[in-house]
Amino acid sequence: MPILLSYTLRNLAARKLTTLLTSGGMALVVFVFATVLMLEEGLRRTLVETGSMDNVVVTRRSAGTEVQSVIDRDQAAIVENQPEVAHGIDGARLASKETIVLISLVKRDSDKASNVLIRGVGQKGVELRPQVGIVEGRMFSPGSAEIIAGKSIAERYHGARVGEILRFGQREWTVVGIMDAGRTGFDSEIWGDADQLMQAFRRPVYSSVIVRLNDARGFSEFKTRIEADPRLTLEAKQENVFYAEQSRVLANFIRYLGLILSIIFSIGAIIGAMITMYASVAHRTTEIGTLRALGFRRATILLTFLIEALMLGAAGGVVGLVLASFMQLFTISTMNWQSFSELAFSFTLNTAIIAKSLAFALIMGVGGGFLPAARAARLDIVDSLRAA
Amino acid sequence: MHFLKLILRNTLRHKLRSGLTVLGLVVAIVAFGLLRTVVDAWYAGAEGASSARLVTRNAISLVFPLPINYQERIRKIDGVSAISHASWFGGVYVSEKNFFPQFAVDAKTYFDLYPEYVIAPEEMKAFRADRKGCVIGRKLANTHGFKVGDTIPLRGTIYPGAWNFTVRAIYDGAESATDTSQFFFHWDYLNETMKKAVARRTDWIGVYVIQISDPDRAAEISGEVDAMFRNSLAETLTETEKAFQLGFVSMTEAIVIAIRIVSFVVIFIILAVMANTMAMTARERIREYATLKALGFGPSFLAGLIYGESLMIALAGAAIGIVLTFPVAAQFSEQVGTLFPVFGVSRETVYMQAATATVVGLAASVLPALRAARVPIVDGLRSIG
Repeated sequence: MPILLSYTLRNLAARKLTTLLTSGGMALVVFVFATVLMLEEGLRRTLVETGSMDNVVVTRRSAGTEVQSVIDRDQAAIVENQPEVAHGIDGARLASKETIVLISLVKRDSDKASNVLIRGVGQKGVELRPQVGIVEGRMFSPGSAEIIAGKSIAERYHGARVGEILRFGQREWTVVGIMDAGRTGFDSEIWGDADQLMQAFRRPVYSSVIVRLNDARGFSEFKTRIEADPRLTLEAKQENVFYAEQSRVLANFIRYLGLILSIIFSIGAIIGAMITMYASVAHRTTEIGTLRALGFRRATILLTFLIEALMLGAAGGVVGLVLASFMQLFTISTMNWQSFSELAFSFTLNTAIIAKSLAFALIMGVGGGFLPAARAARLDIVDSLRAA
Repeated sequence: MHFLKLILRNTLRHKLRSGLTVLGLVVAIVAFGLLRTVVDAWYAGAEGASSARLVTRNAISLVFPLPINYQERIRKIDGVSAISHASWFGGVYVSEKNFFPQFAVDAKTYFDLYPEYVIAPEEMKAFRADRKGCVIGRKLANTHGFKVGDTIPLRGTIYPGAWNFTVRAIYDGAESATDTSQFFFHWDYLNETMKKAVARRTDWIGVYVIQISDPDRAAEISGEVDAMFRNSLAETLTETEKAFQLGFVSMTEAIVIAIRIVSFVVIFIILAVMANTMAMTARERIREYATLKALGFGPSFLAGLIYGESLMIALAGAAIGIVLTFPVAAQFSEQVGTLFPVFGVSRETVYMQAATATVVGLAASVLPALRAARVPIVDGLRSIG
């Protein structure tokens, strides 16, 4: 067996250009495959980590997103005073009555406008999101026309850096701080005081109420009571579930488009491997005959050629993954169709993706190598020895 | 003539290899064409936009409405020949995945501004007479099997409640770029329902559509509209319909760019396959090339043989691929339904497919042709492949 292995390796080395081109084709397919998985993982991580298990988002029934939701003041008060809602150290309820609107801001690089989500948070809004920290400047002070911008908004939009001014709702708002929410969805938001924003936008209602529960296990009871209350037309969702649903359409789009493309592209690469392997078998007909005459079995011949194809696939897989790992340096920002607002997320590589990509590369190798290897194994000793 | 015959014979020498290469090319060319068509579909809304129409929206963002009383003030501006309005409804038909756009419009005026929505006069009359009626596009009707007289139930998201509409008219597109996946109904019905439910939300509309008599004055009139409402409670932003539609595209630009890049990756994949085929072919025939050289044929003749064979394979793949793109695109369009309202393979896409195949054919032969042209006769004759 070691002899056959070195035979295979030398054969790959003898036809450098062919080996390079075949593996190169596969590397590109693996690159696309891995990139798509990384994108999906990045999106998932961004939104899943935005929400916390202990928090509950209450919105109007069937509103789908916070932007479409409307909650009256008296309804919000009922939600806030449910027995499951935790108390803060100051004795006040850990609840934030928030107002969410979209404003159109202009990007720094392209001068094109996009929708940015602006969130008016209540007094406890920041305490409810421990992942949010101020990295530059300071927090907005309640009752003033001050706002803080998420990191990826500050970088990419005009007027969103510390000290700059945004004008909307007939008022001028000073950006006093930049928040880093650890690559979660809050990085793509602007925060301000809920009451000030409601006044400016002339919206007498809230969009959502975020509450912290005493115990995450109390959620189902809380949900049942909220949804059965005839005074309320609201629904409650755990925050992490809520955010995962926000990205479902975009995530599915990326996944399906990516999978379909990977499969179609892999057909091309498999054909490339087949051409190479058929040629490889044809060139070595006499050698195969010799091996068989020396006593090597058909199964061994089959395995030898399969290993050669697998090596082509493995080389492609490794190169493709190395290329894809550089994509971690990039951040994608696009409009999330469901929330109709801008969302930034980056390519994220993890071990599951590495394993999947390598498996995909090996499958391509087997796909391309099986038929040629079977042909090699079926060769008749006498005929193949006679072949010129 | 003999030259062409020689190329053809050479191509057919390894039937399996040539066949597989052509197959790979077909897959790549179809994939490339499909991806380009997806990108085109992204821009379809902007392509179908008229330069004689302006869209006025709330300056803060699209989710903020405008008061209905702006309509008469805008109408008085010089150069405005007609005005109507539309409001995004955002209802859900059965489940979220059956997405299609729904607008509450001014039934009396809206369709006069959109001559590209072709509606039979008697259906139009029936729609105007029925306050709970709706007009739907042909593609939407085909996707869900809606017929005139059917009831379409929608679950409101922005406007809460269960809504039922009766199909009174089905419109066709005047051009292939016309979006026929939309759903229109009476704004009056929406407004009166809101009056009973949430009085605060009555007499608001989403956007105004303004028709101007002279498209060259678009910028001037837009400026005039916005100046009229500056420092009011609802400031406006007016732009041409095309700019308005392109605004949507630019929000998802990252996805468009990614699809563009990927469409070229598939070309590189197939280039690798094609180049491999040609490299192997040339390698096997080095001895023949040396023989031809010994007979007195020049390097350009050998290069011509290799380039010719490569081009023949590439163009065969391109021809089959282009022919197959159309049924595949039609099938794809049927599968995704109203997600891409306009989905057609454009002429540019076909040209691009043919051009990339030619480039692939030529690029694949550069190295093998150089090698064949350079090989010394003695070395070539000695070569064992």
